[in-house]
Amino acid sequence: MNAILSKLNSSELLGGKKGVLGLAVLAAVIFILLPLGVDIFRLNLVGKYLTYAFVAVSLVLLWGNGGILSLGQGIFFGLGGYGMAMFMKLEASDPVSTKIQTTPGIPDFMDWNQLTELPWFWEPFNSLPLTIAAILIIPALFAYIIGFAMFKRRVGGVYFAIITQAIALILSILIVGQQGLTGGVNGITDLKTMLGWDTRTDSAKYILYYVNGILLFGCILLSRYILTSKFGMLLLAMRDKEERVRFSGYDVSDFKIFIFCVAAMISAIGGAMFTLQVGFMSPSFVGIVPSIEMVIFCAVGGRISLIGAVYGTLLVNYGKTFFSETYPELWLFLMGGLFMAVVMFFPNGLAGLWDQHARKLKFMKRFYDDTPEPERFEPTLSAAKDTAEAAVAKKEKPAKVANMKGAKA
Amino acid sequence: MSNTDFVLSIEDLTVSFDGFKAVDNLTMYIDKNELRVVIGPNGAGKTTVLDLICGKTKSTSGSIKFMNKELTKLSEHEIVREGVGRKFQTPSIYENLSVYQNLEVSYPKGRGVFGSLTFKRTAEVEAQVRKVAEEIMLSDLLDLEAALLSHGQKQWLEIGMLLMQDPELLMLDEPVAGMSAKERDQTAELLNKICNNRSVLVIEHDMEFVKKIAHKVTVLHQGKILAEGSMDKVQEDEKVIEVYLGH
Repeated sequence: MNAILSKLNSSELLGGKKGVLGLAVLAAVIFILLPLGVDIFRLNLVGKYLTYAFVAVSLVLLWGNGGILSLGQGIFFGLGGYGMAMFMKLEASDPVSTKIQTTPGIPDFMDWNQLTELPWFWEPFNSLPLTIAAILIIPALFAYIIGFAMFKRRVGGVYFAIITQAIALILSILIVGQQGLTGGVNGITDLKTMLGWDTRTDSAKYILYYVNGILLFGCILLSRYILTSKFGMLLLAMRDKEERVRFSGYDVSDFKIFIFCVAAMISAIGGAMFTLQVGFMSPSFVGIVPSIEMVIFCAVGGRISLIGAVYGTLLVNYGKTFFSETYPELWLFLMGGLFMAVVMFFPNGLAGLWDQHARKLKFMKRFYDDTPEPERFEPTLSAAKDTAEAAVAKKEKPAKVANMKGAKA
Repeated sequence: MSNTDFVLSIEDLTVSFDGFKAVDNLTMYIDKNELRVVIGPNGAGKTTVLDLICGKTKSTSGSIKFMNKELTKLSEHEIVREGVGRKFQTPSIYENLSVYQNLEVSYPKGRGVFGSLTFKRTAEVEAQVRKVAEEIMLSDLLDLEAALLSHGQKQWLEIGMLLMQDPELLMLDEPVAGMSAKERDQTAELLNKICNNRSVLVIEHDMEFVKKIAHKVTVLHQGKILAEGSMDKVQEDEKVIEVYLGH
């Protein structure tokens, strides 16, 4: 506990001078510039994008630092979003406003599907505290189960990515298929109030936007705490040489499970805030496509930069809205091209580009005094290097055999 | 199996891969403070023996006792926590971290998830890092990114990472592979220094280097022990000359 407190006091948590500046600029953009600069309709849209930023931040932890690529973060975004949606739907389905239904008092889609009573797993969502607990605990628990099953068996890399993708697909199919229980392909719609507070008014949208921003900052600070601790150093070490970490006495799987759970929880908070601000939740935010999109947001922003991930999310989504209004067909190709360009030409994303150039600017220089040159992280290249090294190591052996045979002769 | 005074006692150890016995009924004891070198032609099972001791490979039968504790049932990290450190053949360090961080990460505190979240860089940690850095001749390079070290320095750094854990048994797989003559001498000196209060098990090909460090040599051939004893005795052995050293 003392360690945590002393860390809170030090500027290490904020990432040194440069980190403080980065956070301050981001805070200014989110809390001042955007609310002043755009109307409430657009601001609500920004708020929606910022809920994706939670997922992008979680991927910085998981993928950028831990080297664990999850293509299924939509699972947790969805679980969080559905949790909040179930609570709001129950509130919207009071017996008075649903009196024309065959069974008043249950959500409309259940009534259409001939359900006559509320399914048992909907019951806890009558209570807000239980809902909030469920939003945090259920995704973490789910991540723990997936993580335990995979990491204890040392499933990783591409296999892990594919399995998470499969789970995302399964979950979205399950939601679509169980229309009576989940609202099916339409999702859960017509969400109006939270504890009687109308979330559709302009003032509510402003408040929710700020709550969302504050929560996002909370998640960034939590992530930074983790990354600046020994845990963060171990994450980098595991990304580099997992075997070495294991043979230094660490149970690697425990660390991976933990960071996967934290990432799940952060994503779920984003999902819940999405539901609150947008007013519905549907399986189209759970499956493969949104999960991969969120990886792209993170990659564009810079997969090792918590703050970069937020900008990446905002920028790609702005592009998406802008282009899909003008050239709806072209957008997916653009997005694919963007992803390839990022991976090939600037693997550290926007944050990496900024770091490279800001270092050279005179007025920025003093902020970089206490930070070393950024690491160059090129996963594809380093993987290639590893295999090359392995090949060299293998080649050494035959050479030695030859020497030995020579010695014998 | 009875308890013994040996640090490591391997008895009747066998591992077979699809019927091929890489290690065949091996029995070997290592004393306290002993520096043992295992030599043998390629495919003799040297690295497999290390893999078996540190839990990377599971044995088919037999027992490995470290300070009278059975290791064959433990997982890798548990074996490390018992006090066995292992260096890999190719230098295995964290290239993205500084030399200091490489050593700090290897410090045996804060090994659990929550322990690592609350781990603090105390004076004790700092002192241990500096002491080890001194031993491995990297004191001046603590802030350097480990990727920038020379091959030999990387090998030393990995040895240093093991020393941070202060293991009772240190296992080194070809520690001087790819080193210059000068670096080999320095490494020999380093090994002679660090085996003062622990046992060291080294696999090596370089006979000159082996002569400099070995207390006792074990020659492996086809998973079995061919000869064991002092370097001089082993070098005279007919069978060893036949299969390994040459005439």
